[in-house]
Formats: sequence, C-alpha cells, structure tokens
Amino acid sequence: MQSVGVMLCVALLSFSLFNFVGDPINNMVGEETSTEERAELRETLGLNDPIHIQFGRFVVNAAQFNFGKSYQLRRPVSELIAERMPATLELVIASSILALGFGVFLGVYTGINRTGVLSNIILFVSLAGVSLPTFVIGILFIYIFAVILGVLPSFGRGEVVQIGFWSTGLLTASGLKALILPSLTLSLFQMTYIIRLVRAEIMEILQTDYIKFARARGISNRSIYFGHALRNSLIPVVTIAGINIGTLVAFSIITETVFQWPGMGFLFIQAVKFVDIPIMSAYLVFIALVFVAINFIVDILYFLIDPRLRTKSENRDG
Amino acid sequence: MADRYAGLIHRIRDSDIFHSFIHSPTALISSCLLVVILLTSFLCEFVAPHDPFTPASLSLMDAFTPPFWAEDGSMVFLFGTDGQGRDLLSAILYGTRISLIVGFSAILFSVIFGVSLGLTAGYFGGRYETVIMRLADVQLTIPSILMALLVDGVVRGIISRELHDEVAIYVLIFAIGISEWPQFARVARGATLVEKNKDYISAARIIGLPNRLIMFKHILPNILRPILVIGTIGLALAILAESTLSFLGVGVPPTTPSLGTLIRLGNDFLFSGEWWISFFPSFFLVILAFSINLLGDWMRDTLNPKIN
Repeated sequence: MQSVGVMLCVALLSFSLFNFVGDPINNMVGEETSTEERAELRETLGLNDPIHIQFGRFVVNAAQFNFGKSYQLRRPVSELIAERMPATLELVIASSILALGFGVFLGVYTGINRTGVLSNIILFVSLAGVSLPTFVIGILFIYIFAVILGVLPSFGRGEVVQIGFWSTGLLTASGLKALILPSLTLSLFQMTYIIRLVRAEIMEILQTDYIKFARARGISNRSIYFGHALRNSLIPVVTIAGINIGTLVAFSIITETVFQWPGMGFLFIQAVKFVDIPIMSAYLVFIALVFVAINFIVDILYFLIDPRLRTKSENRDG
Repeated sequence: MADRYAGLIHRIRDSDIFHSFIHSPTALISSCLLVVILLTSFLCEFVAPHDPFTPASLSLMDAFTPPFWAEDGSMVFLFGTDGQGRDLLSAILYGTRISLIVGFSAILFSVIFGVSLGLTAGYFGGRYETVIMRLADVQLTIPSILMALLVDGVVRGIISRELHDEVAIYVLIFAIGISEWPQFARVARGATLVEKNKDYISAARIIGLPNRLIMFKHILPNILRPILVIGTIGLALAILAESTLSFLGVGVPPTTPSLGTLIRLGNDFLFSGEWWISFFPSFFLVILAFSINLLGDWMRDTLNPKIN
C-alpha cells in the first residue's frame, strides 16, 4: 500500500516537471510554428484539459511506459530506456554481487581476527575508500589498468549479444572484461559499508551464549563462523544492501560517465544537460520503481533468513 | 576589556574540548592541513605563482609541461601545466577556493533550512511535525546526488541558457543544500524533543516568553553540538558532491573551474600520458575531504555525550 503511495507521489512530481518546467509546446515545435498551429497542438495533446484529468492521463500512460518523445533525440523515451536498461542493470547487479561477496567475507574475517595486521589494513583501506569520490577511483583504475598496464578496456561495454530485447555483455570475453573496472568502481563504496556492518555484527554475536554453547559442543570453527554467526548477522546486512542497491543505481550515473558505459545514467546526465524533460521524468519514475521493487524483495528475504518471522505471521494468519 | 579576553582565553584553555584537541594527533594534523588549505586558497591571488585565468598571461608554448621532477619539467610550473598552458598549482588553488565556497554555502543553507524545520517540528508537534518528518523520510530514500542533479536540471529548464552560467554557482549551492537538509531536520527534531521537556523550558514558558524566543534563544544553543558534528561531516560530503557535479559537467561553468571541473578537463588527457593534469586536483580534493572527515570523526568522539 505504501509503495503505491510512493509511486503516486513520484508520478505527481515527474508530471509537474513535465508541465511546469518550460512550455512543453515550445520544446516540441520549431521557432517558425504559428500561434494557431501551437494552439491546435495544445488542444490535440489535451493540454487545455483540467489539471487532474491531465494527471490521470499521465499516470495511465506511465503505467504503460509511455512517456512521450525525447525533445532532443526525437525518439520515444520508452524505447531509449529499454535500450539502455540492460547495460545499467548488468552493471548494478555485478557490482552488488562483488560488494556483497567481498564485503561479507572480509567483514567476517575482520570480525574474527580483530587485532590482526591484515584486518587493520583492510579497515584502513576501506576508510580511505569512503573519502575517495567514486569518479576519482574510476580515473585511478583507468590510469592503472588501462593506461599503464593496458590489460583492461576503459570505456564501453565490449561486444554485446542480443537476446530478445535484452542486450547482454555477459556472454562475450570482451564484454566481461569491460565490466570488471566499472563494476569494481561502483562496488567499492558499498563494500566498505558492508565490511563495517558485518564486522560489528559478528563481533557482537560472537559474545552471545549460543556461540559459546556451540563451541562447548565442539563444533568446528568454520561451521560456527559461517553457519551460526554469519546467518544471524544477515538481517541488517540485507536491509542495508537493499537500500544501497537503489543508491548504486543513482551512483551508476557517475560510473557510467567515467567509463562511457552506455546505460541509463549516461542518458540521464545528457538529459539534464539539454533539459530533456521526458527522459528526466521517465528516469525518475524508473528509479522509484526500482526502490519499491527492492523493498518488496528485501521483505521477502527477511522471511527466508529469519525463521522467527515465518512462524509469527503463520500464527497471525491461522 | 583586556581582562575579559584573558578570561575567555582561560576558559578555552581549561575546557575539555581544548584538552582533547591538543592530545589528539588526528585532530591536530587534520586541522593544520585544513588551515593551510584555507589560507592558501583564500589568499590565492597572493600565494599562487601565476594568474591562471588571464588569457594574456598564458602561452600555448607552456602547454603540457610535466611536474618539476620530470625530465621536461621546470621549477616555474611546480605541478606542470594543462592543455592551455595554465599553471596547475595556481588553477588548483583557485579551484579549491570555489569548491570550499560552494561546499560551505551549501551546508550552511541546509543547516539553516533543516534545523529551523526540525526545531519547529519538534517544538510544535502535531500534524505539522508529521508532514515535515514524512517529507524528510521520503527525501532520505532518494540519493542526494540524484536529487541535486534533478534540481539542477529543473532550474536549467526554467531559466535561459545565457543566464544560467551567471547563476550556476547559486544553483549548485541550492541543489546541494536542498539535497542534504533531512539529516539536519531529523537530528534537530530529536534533540528538541529531549530539551523541550526539561525544567528550564517549562520555566521559560511560565514566565510567558514567546515561542520564537524559547526556540531560538533557549533550545537552539543546547542542540548545537550534534548539529555541528553532522555539519562537519556534511561539509565533506557537500564538497565531494560539488566536485562530482562539476565532474559530470553540470556544476560550475568552465570559466571558473572548481576542483571537479579541473579533474574532468584533465581526464581527457589521461590517455595521451598527461596524468598530472587530473592527478593533482584529485589529490587535493581527497586530502581536503579526508582531513575534514578526520576532524569530523574527532568531533563526534569528543562532543557526543553518549559515547563519553
């Protein structure tokens, strides 16, 4: 229910972007169009209707992914977004996997070996990672791996394979190689958060009675750390990781610009520069959709991770 | 008069904060760095070895001079020059000043905006509070960089292109400031809720002081500590946000480059081997953000009564 409210709010926002930022008619037609023609276009587009009817029409159109034509590129926005979406989603998913995988592993490691030299190094590097802005990390990577070593490509997606409407770079060697630097750049920021979070959780959980009991039963260290401790530290991690995926989509704007990655962020930044309102409002609606979807998935994951929640809701239902 | 100052100095010297400041190496080092950066960038007209923005003083012959330790480098241009023969060190000093001005103003804007909303929300409560805090919640879920980009795009749509270059800095300040206010509103509201029920506020109410006076003269000074802490960390964030936007090409116009703009310009030359053009501005930016962050960390540890 709440997500419907959020979507409506965002729809209202992007609708007002459409209507009140500049004159939509001016943006669509050339300089030499006469006043009568303008008035006619205004009438056919329904811009003279009462505002709430216009908004209703906007919501219906948006639900069908119809956001009109881009002012600058003169093509339907839905087409442009559909073209760019696979690139951004592949980048975001790859970097979330990197961030979660490394983040959880390093977090557990530093949580167990609290005073080790390696732990301190990891923590210090992660602190530096927070202070380095994403685009500086990206430039650094490009300089080291593309310019000096020359082992990885620094821009574009490499070769892509078209599967239906989805163009994927995951099936070719050059596509995978092109994915490494951008996804690593994008994941670093989130990785540092996850490392710190998992570390704090693990340190707290290792003090609890059931871990002591598991030790007393003679269960192997590995099973204690990864079976007992890690599982109980996952709830906050899933929450934060969920919130951060939305942030990743937004931060992909920067990464995509640095690496010339042909995704939606790149599209959006061009739209901001040229005041291409249809693309901006469509992007806004898309981001909101991503947030709502992630919230939904996170809620489901809670149930899978924590059996206590499952029994509670079963009791309530029954 | 002299006695009063002497007393003030004594009070400062005997305070806990001063003590912990003197005994914390991170606080000392980071604030020294900050003072140096502040002084050199705000006095850049006098400190900078060259004037990078007067076309007459530039010579294309000097373009792409590497830093002084490299083979073709010269002591005239310590950090080398960019594609137009501008001295990089001077450009960085001028750019740091712009980054600092935008960062400071943006964070000041969002502190004033956020604190006044949060303070009044906490003080008056009721439906007003619900609306404000709900708004803050919704905005917190939108990443601030996206928010700033949107504001920037909208303003570009409203005003004409020629006008935009002139007001670009103010737009940037507003865009960054408006994207950071919810944090301040939340903290201010939380602290106000605690202060509101203390005896001195009841006393002030009983003697019939107007709400405005109670809020801004009595509550405000008592909630400043946590706001100062998140404001410091927010300053680092605002400076990074400014440079990110400028790097993306929607920040300050290239005629008055900030650190982010310099990095963007230098990025084009990375592949032809002129690494220093983007390296030195990045390095300065990181040092600036890092020292503000360290200072913020120290402040959080000292000023936060919860931890002590």
